[in-house]
Amino acid sequence: MGPILCFPEPTPAEVLLALTEADHPYVCVGSLEAADASEPEDGWAGAVVVADGDTTEAIALCRALRKRESPVAPLLLILDADRVSDLSLRDDLFDDFLIRPIRMAELTARLNLELDRLGRGVGRQMIEAGPLEINLETYQASVDGRVLDLTYMEYELLRFLSGHPAKVFTRETLLSRVWGYEYYGGARTVDVHIRRLRAKLGEEHAHLIQTVRSVGYRFSVTTWGG
Amino acid sequence: MSSQIDYVLRTVEERGIRFVQLWFTDVLGTPKAFSITPAELEMALEEGMTFDGSAVDGFSRVQEADVLALPDPATFQILPLHESERVARIFCNIVNLDGSPFEGCPRQALHRVLAAAHERGYTFFVAPELEYFYFADLDPSAPLRPLDAGGYFDLSMGDLPSDLRRRSVLALEEMGIPVEHAQHEDAPSQHEIDLRYTDALSMADTVMATRLIVKEVARQAGVSASFMPKPLAEVQGSGMHTHLSLWKDGKNAFVDMEHPSGLSDIARGFIAGLLVHAHEITAVTNQWVNSYKRLVPGHEAPVHVSWARNNQSALVRVPVTKEGKTDSTRLEYRAPDSAANPYLAFAVILAAGLAGIDGGYELPPEAEGNLFDLGPAELAARGITPLPGSLNDAVDAMESSTLVATTLGEHLFEWFIRNKRAEWSTYKSEISRFELERYLPRL
Repeated sequence: MGPILCFPEPTPAEVLLALTEADHPYVCVGSLEAADASEPEDGWAGAVVVADGDTTEAIALCRALRKRESPVAPLLLILDADRVSDLSLRDDLFDDFLIRPIRMAELTARLNLELDRLGRGVGRQMIEAGPLEINLETYQASVDGRVLDLTYMEYELLRFLSGHPAKVFTRETLLSRVWGYEYYGGARTVDVHIRRLRAKLGEEHAHLIQTVRSVGYRFSVTTWGG
Repeated sequence: MSSQIDYVLRTVEERGIRFVQLWFTDVLGTPKAFSITPAELEMALEEGMTFDGSAVDGFSRVQEADVLALPDPATFQILPLHESERVARIFCNIVNLDGSPFEGCPRQALHRVLAAAHERGYTFFVAPELEYFYFADLDPSAPLRPLDAGGYFDLSMGDLPSDLRRRSVLALEEMGIPVEHAQHEDAPSQHEIDLRYTDALSMADTVMATRLIVKEVARQAGVSASFMPKPLAEVQGSGMHTHLSLWKDGKNAFVDMEHPSGLSDIARGFIAGLLVHAHEITAVTNQWVNSYKRLVPGHEAPVHVSWARNNQSALVRVPVTKEGKTDSTRLEYRAPDSAANPYLAFAVILAAGLAGIDGGYELPPEAEGNLFDLGPAELAARGITPLPGSLNDAVDAMESSTLVATTLGEHLFEWFIRNKRAEWSTYKSEISRFELERYLPRL
């Protein structure tokens, strides 16, 4: 797994200690420019953003990390209790938040929980999303208890999409994140595999993978893409 | 261990798979397989399985007969239709004992052309329409018995062939082979399955799988399916009209809205390449004596080397795309039949098209009107030549083709020509029913 982005620089020591103890590598940045400059090739594995008093700068960074082709997730925001009202109507900018003072055990637990939910946790074994269940240990996926006979790439694509529910991915992002650049087919390949996956999910569940017109695809357990 | 191999091994274990079939294809497109047990699988995936290549058509070379079947783990797929025990298949590349690609392997011949196209930024997508017949049995000594008397698009309720076709489509979808649509064709008991486009290598694998599934579904119902190009003289044969498109930088490279035709230089070069090299590649796209019984006037098969926008008599057709759907711009090459070796057919089609692009071939004017209505003189005046009329003519044209020789490689090229010459010579020495009925009483 890649490093976790930490903000600001210097990041409070409790955060860094918690990440070190939980074996998560991290990179501390003081600005969005620094974040972009030091982003690893396969993206950030997540982010911990700490607001020191005023939340303006921290929220601006969260927005920048989320409103892009492949949003950074999970994103944990740490702030003072009297600033919680700043979060209203901004719940798409983070996955979870913590109130200062920082408790290391809580931070680790919440971060691991979010990583698990995205299918990227260390101890992660299952992805459950509506009728879909994927056992990451045995590579077996099923809908409504019916096991799917998937090829390797179909499995990887389904795992990736369902691990980031409701997020929209462009074909290019999927190609680079699921196939890696060495793959051969170009962005159309993604369409072809999506069509195959839908065929295997069956008519009843084909809508789990939704086409977002002129953007790409997302996994969603509701038909209106929530 | 690669994660792909890990995925395969784990799935075999989890799903209780009893046998894994290693699939490959001989030079003529005949499916070949051997079954191994899960215990042998890990070694097969890592090192390949040795077998005697001289037992396979087109593989034989006396001095070094042993070759390896090396499974391509990306193609691992559990097979439908095996109710009682779970069986999976993996496609194999054939390699020499030292690991180098085996020159007789059709899958790698296609791979080579695709890699050359890819180097120039092209991805080649194909979508074939497979036609075939259902018969009560395949006993050549008795008259053929089609299973129905339906015609084009007939909606037949509850009849066996339509049911078989439906079951085949469902089995294909279960294997992740999307079907664009399926329908009853013109002739009695003739059906068509149109596969949704994909990259050419996956599609060649898919054509192999589709032919097997269709035949197996029929067999389980106690009847037979055949992809023979022309089983019944009086009705149309079974073609494999193949839709083609080239993509570059995520865009359809055949589209150019600035050009009055809507077709790019690349598209026009590709069509011109197909027309120039059509004679040379026909032995590959139509590889049997019987193939040329299909390529005759009157049954919707192409006979003349020509192109047109919407003219069913042309060899290359450019289907009209729906308003605003320029991404679906494509060519349809109408010569191939359902009994071609899809790997080699797609390889020579792509090579011919690329030669047209690289050579800047000039696209002749579009054919207008029904070409079948024109006499030889009128056709000649328009510069339209006929496709080879027999396997022998086609092999002659192929033999003098540098394009086909380079595309297939020396081993495949020489073996193919030798094999087809032998088939022609056997055929030529046969006394047909036509001759007996016509000449015996009279002469």
